[in-house]
Amino acid sequence: MRYLIKGGIVVDPVADTLTCTDILVEEGMIKEIGQLSDSEAEVIAAEGNYVCPGFMDMHVHLREPGYEYKEDIVSGTRAAAMGGFTSVACMPNTNPVADNAAIISHVLAKARNAAARVFPIGALTKGSLGKELTEMADLKGAGAVALSDDGMPVMNADIMLRVMQYASMLEMTVISHCEDNKLSEGGQMHEGAVSAMLGLKGIPSLAEEIMVARDILLSEYTGCRLHLAHISTEGSVRLVRQAKERGVPVTAEATPHHFTLTEEAVQGYSTNAKVNPPLRRQTDVEAIKEGLRDGTIDVIATDHAPHAYHEKDVEFQYAPNGMIGLETAVGLIFTQLVQPGILTVPQAVAKLTCNPHRVLGLSGGRLLPGTPANITIIDPKLSEVVDPTKLLSKSKNTPFGRWKLTGLPVLTMKDGLLVMRDRQLLE
Amino acid sequence: MFWQRKDLLGLRYLTPEEINLILDTAVPMKEIIGRKIKKTPTLRGRSMVTLFYENSTRTRSSFDLAGKFLSADTVGLTASSSSVAKGESLRDTGLTLTAMGVDVVVMRHPASGAAEYLAKCIPAAVINAGDGTHEHPTQALLDMFTIREKKGSMAGLKVVIVGDILHSRVARSNIWGLTKMGAEVRVVGPITLMPKDIEKMGVKVYHRLEDALEGADVVNVLRIQLERQQQGLFPSLREYSRLYGINQKRLELTASDAIILHPGPMNRGVEIEHQVAYGNRSFINEQVTNGVAVRMALLYLLTGGEYHALSN
Ligand SMILES: [Zn+2]
Repeated sequence: MRYLIKGGIVVDPVADTLTCTDILVEEGMIKEIGQLSDSEAEVIAAEGNYVCPGFMDMHVHLREPGYEYKEDIVSGTRAAAMGGFTSVACMPNTNPVADNAAIISHVLAKARNAAARVFPIGALTKGSLGKELTEMADLKGAGAVALSDDGMPVMNADIMLRVMQYASMLEMTVISHCEDNKLSEGGQMHEGAVSAMLGLKGIPSLAEEIMVARDILLSEYTGCRLHLAHISTEGSVRLVRQAKERGVPVTAEATPHHFTLTEEAVQGYSTNAKVNPPLRRQTDVEAIKEGLRDGTIDVIATDHAPHAYHEKDVEFQYAPNGMIGLETAVGLIFTQLVQPGILTVPQAVAKLTCNPHRVLGLSGGRLLPGTPANITIIDPKLSEVVDPTKLLSKSKNTPFGRWKLTGLPVLTMKDGLLVMRDRQLLE
Repeated sequence: MFWQRKDLLGLRYLTPEEINLILDTAVPMKEIIGRKIKKTPTLRGRSMVTLFYENSTRTRSSFDLAGKFLSADTVGLTASSSSVAKGESLRDTGLTLTAMGVDVVVMRHPASGAAEYLAKCIPAAVINAGDGTHEHPTQALLDMFTIREKKGSMAGLKVVIVGDILHSRVARSNIWGLTKMGAEVRVVGPITLMPKDIEKMGVKVYHRLEDALEGADVVNVLRIQLERQQQGLFPSLREYSRLYGINQKRLELTASDAIILHPGPMNRGVEIEHQVAYGNRSFINEQVTNGVAVRMALLYLLTGGEYHALSN
């Protein structure tokens, strides 16, 4: 198939430019970029839309193997394609945990014909129990792009030190879920005025920041590339900013919910707002936005965490942490960050393309002739009201139901194949 | 004024007028308790279930008697943790009770927000009899009823709540209720038992008991759970008692007509000295009677009774 994407505003997140031009796609590759015409190709009119490198969400939970009732690789990647993502990196907290090459191979095999490219992340420690190192070289050999015990911190600093030394030897990025689980034990939401009123045990910001500080020191000591998942507090942003100024090889990500919602979203014991790290204060939201603006935070990732309806339809305390995010992320980014002028379009796109690729040591994330045609097209004027029942994820646990979002993906092309067009998934 | 809410979930959600309506309705109810024949046909044909996921003989019997004095049919259900482990959800339990024709569910539950959740699941009225560390509205209402009885009104009073504010649903309900009624609420306790940012609820926070007691009109002494020491939240009961125990000497700092309340059961000699607990300033036993009256009032209002119809 040949496609000519005509008249769009082509976004180059590396050069930080917007150019009105055309793109020719042939046999899964970008053939040419420029003022083009081609009578053989199917024309995709893109006037007024942003033509971007395919988006990558480097932090999702696809739940397969083990929890397919929440999500599986097929449904999760369909949700990704609908949300404008051509690639996802999936966390290893499946059942069994992706702590060995067999599971990585299994995930890759299942993902072969999926609606988005899948990059598995292997576990840092066996069973993600924080005790013994995984066979990291084997994981890498099988296709793991990075290492993480996401969902759990590695509490023992000595083990984290060995993990980072070993990972740095293999040139693999360590993705850290920063949480001192003694300080957060039993916590249900952010510790503050709202937790005081609701009588829910609070999780102090400190529980995150202490581990951010520790892992930055370990990264500095070992030279290991450290990526901090879902940072959520003002203090974490400050620590990362200072570390980057010192030249520590650290990167960080933030989620759409942490730059959009505050602890107030938990009022009424809304279990869809129960997430870890928890939704914080307004000052933290402002700090996250500033961190995104000044480049302290490199990546926007969703931490897409599907849970079945019955699991969230319980007393707040018994509900699992997490919310889905793949299908609302782009709308939230445009509505919350681009339209208010916090990020330019190339800056926002960089957080979804070249930056996550760079963090994971992958090529891609830029539209260049001769590279695979992974393309996302955004209509910045298109508005939609989020209807959770219409989302493609198996789970519907989103707090953004009935939110009106403006700036939505209208086309997703994976390796030259159209997977989503005009807000419809193509089978 | 008429009662219009389906449920009683917490004092946070009530207006001062609604609080007054409950307290006013409790006055004739208390009179019934004082009669030789403690029975009125008011709630005949109405049904009430007490659904307790946590033990509390006191609160439960208080509700049970309140229902019986008004001729409601009452059933007690103890939901052992095993039924939760078997996987029956609170929604399903509520729907089952509804299908059996229950008008009012009185629930005690270890999770904050559980009553609010149940109320959304079922059409029957839900009374929160204590949910986690969130609210215990009927306890606060009986405290307020007692204060109003002794002091005439709550506006302008200095009310001190002493102890483990962090884990106390009684404290939270009292804070909401009393501040709405115009009282000045002071909370005092060790910093490790004080919720962060609690002052945003409109209270003054103290860590030195003597400062908090200065000129107080009401001292509400919370029960200290002995296991909090094991959790390392304070060093010893001895030190707790030395810093936060209410004794005769400390009471001299309060207003000369200050009253002492305690939600019970008391740890005598720990949070409260024997002489204070049984002294002439203490209304701890009267609180128990008032508890039944307030609960009768609520059952009456939530099943469609009107205050004026009663008083005519
Ligand atoms: Zn995580």
